[in-house]
Amino acid sequence: MADIALAHDFAETARATAMRRHGKGDSRFRALTFGAAILVVAIFLGVLIALLNGAWPAIKTFGFSFLWTEKWNPVTEKFGALAPIAGTLISSFLAMAIAVPVGIGIAIFLTELCPRPLKRPVGIAIELLAGIPSIIYGIWGLFVLAPYLQAHVQPWLIDAFADVPLLSALFAGPPYGIGMFTAALILSIMILPFISAVTRDVFETVPAMLKEAAYGLGCTTWEVMWRVVLPYARTGVVGGAMLALGRALGETMAVTFVIGNAHRLNPSLFAPGTSISATIANEFTEALGDLYVPALIELGLILFFITFLVLAAAQIMLYRLERRAGAR
Amino acid sequence: MVDRTLYLRRKAINGAFLTLSAGAELFGLVWLGFILFELIVEGIGGLGPQVFTEMTPPPGSDGGLLNAIAGSIIMSALAVAAGTPIGILAGTYLAEYGRHGKLSFYIRFLNDILLSAPSIVIGIFIYEVLVRPMGRFSALAGAAALAVIVIPVVVRTTENMLLLVPGSLREAAIALGAPMSSVIRTVTWRAARAGIITGVLLAIARISGETAPLLFTALNNQFWSTNLTQPIASLPTIIFQFAMSPYEDWHRLAWAGALLITFAVLALSVVARVLEAQRKQG
Repeated sequence: MADIALAHDFAETARATAMRRHGKGDSRFRALTFGAAILVVAIFLGVLIALLNGAWPAIKTFGFSFLWTEKWNPVTEKFGALAPIAGTLISSFLAMAIAVPVGIGIAIFLTELCPRPLKRPVGIAIELLAGIPSIIYGIWGLFVLAPYLQAHVQPWLIDAFADVPLLSALFAGPPYGIGMFTAALILSIMILPFISAVTRDVFETVPAMLKEAAYGLGCTTWEVMWRVVLPYARTGVVGGAMLALGRALGETMAVTFVIGNAHRLNPSLFAPGTSISATIANEFTEALGDLYVPALIELGLILFFITFLVLAAAQIMLYRLERRAGAR
Repeated sequence: MVDRTLYLRRKAINGAFLTLSAGAELFGLVWLGFILFELIVEGIGGLGPQVFTEMTPPPGSDGGLLNAIAGSIIMSALAVAAGTPIGILAGTYLAEYGRHGKLSFYIRFLNDILLSAPSIVIGIFIYEVLVRPMGRFSALAGAAALAVIVIPVVVRTTENMLLLVPGSLREAAIALGAPMSSVIRTVTWRAARAGIITGVLLAIARISGETAPLLFTALNNQFWSTNLTQPIASLPTIIFQFAMSPYEDWHRLAWAGALLITFAVLALSVVARVLEAQRKQG
């Protein structure tokens, strides 16, 4: 009788210890995962604080005029960010102007036109463009694309628009090969797969019923895409495009190779320019003096700020889309 | 009498735009072909056994890329070793513990921002927190910068893959009396394993071509070095340096390095894709 009670007690204590041990291990594991998740937030805040801290001397010295001063002179320690900011915005928006229509075109081709057996390989091929590292785009742009554009495309554009008032200033010679135009073209190739991938995913969420109804009314494929699918998928397409814009704004190596690194504003797209990321990449390790490095870090801060706004807008749009897809 | 002009016009517009969209597809494919073609043509010439056995040369003499390859591997390995556990744990928190929490929403949001944030800014961050206090550029700082890039990639894929694990699997394990931590470690992680590995592979592919964050963290090194507190060479920075130089033989080596990186990255993404396909079937 006593033995049984003892055994029972023993089992009870064993169970209690096991429960306690598990409970402790359980909360420890939870705390560990939570800590890792908080680390993500800490990294984000760390980036922000490090940038602010590093840029502080420049912020204090130049104030807001940093944003619209064109002069960039390391010798006299006078720095202004206008040329890099303008270069980043111009090259990115130009890239978007090429990549958005082409990316949507690719998505339309893949969802509506492409023969089924070709769908996968062709889709993968476009995605491979996203996998190629940016330094590869850079070396290819410098040695292959820029000389080609210089020899064949740019002279032709300069001649063609020589007599058109506004365009003659945009496409003014001489054809250097490297410059804003080449940088934008390479950027557009790099962000193309992002736009087409998101757009394609969004197209696939369009209910088949909607499309079939439109086809049933006698719409052509184009009318279905333009009047039914695109309006339905608008949020997602814009979100995908913003995501791509965020990438383009921050893209460094490919741009650094081909943009020409000139701290000058020039109306011609063929002239060498610079961008925020290219300026940092080129000058950071060689920067001397009390203000040079802070000025470069302030450029980084501006870049981080711009991309944050663009990416945040993109995320919010895509989240909204996800919620809508989830609700259905 | 039916007026045919409207029909004909709609048909013509349709044909024109469908041709344009096929043209867009062609546009993308042509660039891919162009890049890969040039890469192979230019890269093959410089590629030989000496690339893997000799150090980076001074201009005008023969050499290889051994120190750069080693540097890249060392830093990538360190970055993956540090970033993967953190990424998996954080992704686990988002998917298992805090799936609907308000805090998780913000963490997810910031993680997605970090995922696309300019990598050069990450370089500045590490410069400020590691390079400046240490007083010198180091392999360690380069690895840290790469780790910061690895983490968001792994967080995102881990969370996505864990969300795909059916809830009934978790419920069954919990009903057997397993504590939540055991359920995660022995059931959900195992079910999502292929997907999580895919995420890690994608992260490796992403960092193996990263140049910008290494420029002022690991700097560069013309000599063999495995000392983690000293500057170290890496393939991307060597390619940058050599390609921007005026020397013909450096250009050849830069192309060879570019070919190596591209094939490494493409091979990784093919493996990731095969794993992904297996997961979808299984």
